[in-house]
Amino acid sequence: MLIQPILFVVLIVGGTALISWPLGRYMTWAMDPQGAASGRPNAFTRLFQSIGGSVSARPQDWKRYMVSILAFNVVMFVVTFSILALQQYLPLNPDGKEALEGSLIFNTAASFTSNTNLQHYSGEVSLSYLSQLAGLMWLQFVSAATGIAALAALARGLAGRKLGNFFVDVQRASFLVLLPVAFIVAILLVVGGMPMTFNGAAVATTLEGVQQTIARGPVAAFVSIKQLGTNGGGFFGPNSTHPLENPSFWTNVVETVSIILIPMACVWMFGRIVGRMRHATVIFGVMLVLVLLRVAGGIWFESAPTQAFADLPIEQTTGNLEGKELRFGASAGPLWSVLTTSTSNGSVNAMHDSLNPLAGMMPMIGMWLNEDFGGVGVGMINMFLYIVVGVFIAGMMIGRTPEYLGWRVEAREVKFAILALLAHGLFILGGTAVFAATPWGADVLNNVGPHGFSEILYEFSSASANNGSGFEGLGDNTVPWNVATGIVMLLARFIPIILPLAIVGSLSAKRRSAESSGTLSVEGGTFATMLAATILVVGALTFFPAATLGPIAEHFIYMN
Amino acid sequence: MRNQNIKLEPLMSQDRSASIMDARILVPAIGNAFKKLNPRSLAKNPVMFVVAAVSVLTTVLFVKDAATGAGNLGFSFQIILWLWFTILFANFAEAVAEGRGKAQADSLRRSRTETQAKLLANGSRENFKLVPGTSLKIGDVVLVEAGDIIPSDGEVIEGIASVNEAAITGESAPVIRESGGDRSAVTGGTQVLSDWIRVRITAAAGSTFLDRMISLVEGAERQKTPNEIALNILLAGLTLIFVLATASIPSFAAYAGGFIPVIVLVALFVTLIPTTIGALLSAIGIAGMDRLVRFNVLAMSGRAVEAAGDVDTLLLDKTGTITLGNRQATEFRPVKGVTEQELADAAQLASLADETPEGRSIVVLAKEKYGIRARDMQSLHATFVPFTAQSRMSGIDSEGSSIRKGAVDAVLRYLDQISAKGAGSEATREIQAIADDIAKAGGTPLAVVRDGRLLGVIHLKDIVKGGIRERFAELRRMGIRTVMITGDNPMTAAAIAAEAGVDDFLAQATPEDKLRLIREEQAKGKLVAMCGDGTNDAPALAQSDVGVAMNTGTVAAREAGNMVDLDSDPTKLIEIVEIGKQLLMTRGALTTFSIANDVAKYFAIIPAMFVGLYPQLSKLNIMGLATPESAILSAIIFNALIIIVLIPLALKGVKYKAIGAGPLLRRNLLIYGLGGLVVPFIGIKAIDLIVAALHLA
Repeated sequence: MLIQPILFVVLIVGGTALISWPLGRYMTWAMDPQGAASGRPNAFTRLFQSIGGSVSARPQDWKRYMVSILAFNVVMFVVTFSILALQQYLPLNPDGKEALEGSLIFNTAASFTSNTNLQHYSGEVSLSYLSQLAGLMWLQFVSAATGIAALAALARGLAGRKLGNFFVDVQRASFLVLLPVAFIVAILLVVGGMPMTFNGAAVATTLEGVQQTIARGPVAAFVSIKQLGTNGGGFFGPNSTHPLENPSFWTNVVETVSIILIPMACVWMFGRIVGRMRHATVIFGVMLVLVLLRVAGGIWFESAPTQAFADLPIEQTTGNLEGKELRFGASAGPLWSVLTTSTSNGSVNAMHDSLNPLAGMMPMIGMWLNEDFGGVGVGMINMFLYIVVGVFIAGMMIGRTPEYLGWRVEAREVKFAILALLAHGLFILGGTAVFAATPWGADVLNNVGPHGFSEILYEFSSASANNGSGFEGLGDNTVPWNVATGIVMLLARFIPIILPLAIVGSLSAKRRSAESSGTLSVEGGTFATMLAATILVVGALTFFPAATLGPIAEHFIYMN
Repeated sequence: MRNQNIKLEPLMSQDRSASIMDARILVPAIGNAFKKLNPRSLAKNPVMFVVAAVSVLTTVLFVKDAATGAGNLGFSFQIILWLWFTILFANFAEAVAEGRGKAQADSLRRSRTETQAKLLANGSRENFKLVPGTSLKIGDVVLVEAGDIIPSDGEVIEGIASVNEAAITGESAPVIRESGGDRSAVTGGTQVLSDWIRVRITAAAGSTFLDRMISLVEGAERQKTPNEIALNILLAGLTLIFVLATASIPSFAAYAGGFIPVIVLVALFVTLIPTTIGALLSAIGIAGMDRLVRFNVLAMSGRAVEAAGDVDTLLLDKTGTITLGNRQATEFRPVKGVTEQELADAAQLASLADETPEGRSIVVLAKEKYGIRARDMQSLHATFVPFTAQSRMSGIDSEGSSIRKGAVDAVLRYLDQISAKGAGSEATREIQAIADDIAKAGGTPLAVVRDGRLLGVIHLKDIVKGGIRERFAELRRMGIRTVMITGDNPMTAAAIAAEAGVDDFLAQATPEDKLRLIREEQAKGKLVAMCGDGTNDAPALAQSDVGVAMNTGTVAAREAGNMVDLDSDPTKLIEIVEIGKQLLMTRGALTTFSIANDVAKYFAIIPAMFVGLYPQLSKLNIMGLATPESAILSAIIFNALIIIVLIPLALKGVKYKAIGAGPLLRRNLLIYGLGGLVVPFIGIKAIDLIVAALHLA
């Protein structure tokens, strides 16, 4: 009985890990074509520099790089906000979609700018094709590209080189990495039966003779980048459970692989730019183990029947099938739910609200830790924060001032790393505390007790992890929710990009020391254990009380 | 090696031997623990300050509740009591660590008695007037005669005297201080035993070496080191995370339709924040400095101690550190046509009056190996020709015959001078071949010539210290590269380097070479430690990351280094590195332990806290603690007691083993990480059994 899910997981995750290796190599070429060499930049770099103009010609220090990221994203936010606000006047609106409510526009613009794609709207109901493509899909590219660019800069800094230029990096990530890979995936999806059209909704007469309006559109293009860029914002409201957004078992496989492909490749790219592949392998291993633990947990807890059927005189051997798309099989749901939350993707192919309590906790843990494999680029950056903290403690235990790759980790670095980790906890616990105790949260719940609490906790975890998936069961298209999660998404996006860049800025101003048998090795099993322990302990210590009152309490109450 | 240091142990012998559990330190420490409740002293430690703040808060709430009779007063009272104990235990740990330094400082102060100085008038050598030692200014010249206490730090500008420096070093054997050279520095508070010296004062009152020592061992000027600051930030950050985790609970509980008493939230908060390491952090730092002091090494800053742990390259002088100071004759190698007996006889004659250790070893070898007895110089009518820097030879002239021994090139030049025909002869070539041979083996060749005829070569051997090879192997396992510095030629240096097992050597080294080597190593990203005593070592000492100046050294050297070794024992660099590593390791280990503890504390308190909201959560009470109250009380008692239990470890330091970084991390992770995970489960359960048995909660 367990053979089939294990085989499924091993093939999907293992297969993706295999593809991620050459992709990481390619991404290194794309993002860092010259490596440490000086001399004439290659043709692409020259092209991107001429597109970007004078501002992209010179290398930037960490402050300029950071300001460039912020400026670029502010512009993107404003443009998208405007498109969404004015969609009723703009072209490519064959179904005549109406104006959106103000706080929803803010939330949606923030959501897509921050690579979160939390959706408090239903795409096929509310948005025009222009909003979907020029607003949201465009952001799905450039927000993911921002993450990859930031990671490339971070890695260059750690290698002791100049950080590079954001305006060149973001073009490299968009045009050389995301666009070609998304194109290939989109083709595969179209072959799998996904629509790709600019025609308006189809009207069909069903067998019962009723007229049915079937929403459609340029779905394949949207879905491929939605998955690859750890965006997760679906073309349709039900996301990848919708038959046109995920028609078959095979498109489901392609979409599942796409979730973790680039986050995995980012680790290899980091290793290559830093010049430490063995270190990257250790990081990759730690991430993989953490993901697989949650996948195993998810599948295990989902193999128990749902509480709703507990007392019914029916066959209980199939596990919990509530909220699953039976087209994809029983284990595809928990696997996807874990992967999509591990990577800050947030697309769904099953109803997370219907997962058994502890199976539902697995996605939450993924968002709390937010580093294995994490969002495109930013997952590895989050891991870097844990590495700084882990290295600091481990470094002392071998009797030296802690060093990472030869850089001394001191007060400033520790401060920034712990602040970034603290911010994540603050947004989730603070947000949940405010909404759980006030009518803002309590009044929009469809469930009471611990499950209702989990819904609130999940929503803020999703916003702060820039994930975008929902536990659902929550009427979240209200002004307080739109504003609160919108702010959380923006802060939780940029704080963990700015602070790590600041750390690298501070590190690279120091004298780099040589590594020897007396310095902390970041390549072995001991370091891997230390790193995993740091992640788990810091994560557990922050979120254990909340988890106890949510999924754990629910488990003990209902599952016995 | 350690035995040597124990002999020197005692700066202030009685107090020094004080062990951790000495009542003379513990009793005053209890009083000081209460004195340290002063908010200004608590504010230096963010974690303990937070504990104090919530303790005050709960105490106030308790008084209010007691007035109205609300709540479970007995339970609250006990929690509050243990909260205050937590703070007192932390203060106590610091007070004990400081107590040891204070005892040493007191004993040092006793030697800083008020002295009268014989201040010499301008240019005068005899006329002095008596002034109080404290009134001396830098540049004043004083006369110090037998029996006088030297009034302040200074430099001998004239004279030679034997000085008892026991007040500083604890070593009662007198040392010679003389003008010029590398033994010209004198220290205020030490006593001249014989003869007289004129001293130019180099330190103003209140900033002498002794004053600095007092403030260092007392920890008065203790400033947080970079690593300590970083660790404090990490601890403050973790504290903030737990503020979040705890402060969000009331609202979560309100959602679940319940209410959590403040005292329970405070108990959870205090057990979660890293109080163990927070309480012991400053004690660890003070104890680290103290360990150095007990090794008779004074670090000028805590930063220097930390840097010692980071050292990658150790520069060690050959003589005295790697080899015994004296070379010994081991072999006579005659040229063709001369017997060994003949050579031994001439060599012995030439060395009879040579009182250097090398000379004596030649006489000994001649006797032991060839049975040549000592002869009386007078009966031979011989006159001794002493070694001079110009001739670089010594020997005797007796009854028309002259014998010389000396460096091969010097002897050959001497031959050239007395008879040009000697040079280039077969004997010369043979001598050079033998000399090369000896040099390759790490020895020093001394040529012997009698009446213009080369007899052969004496092989003087550098004796590598016993056990030093193992020490270098140990350093290599620590990841530290050793470089031997020597004035020898490269061939000799290579041979000794191989025998001693150093990683590299710098031959025919000048002070400039030393400085260049340090800069090169630093450019490669390495931290360099060295020791030195001469004025010409000062630039290198200043450039190195850890510069240990010998106490016998010059003022310039002592100023340039960031540590002073009172015993002037260069081998100590190795121990200094270990002490630096121990300091950081102790911090890291206790931090890990402290954080790992939290898992068990969560499992004690969280179920107890939430069981009122969802009774089913009692399943999380995996330790089977008696009641929710006893669970919370046990956790807070464990949290306080673990501080007391770990004080000895904090003071003694985590044991350092030279097994390389990887195995070391694995070992400490197992002991303090895994141990920190498991121990509190056992401890809290045990305390809970007692609490339940005594019906405390």
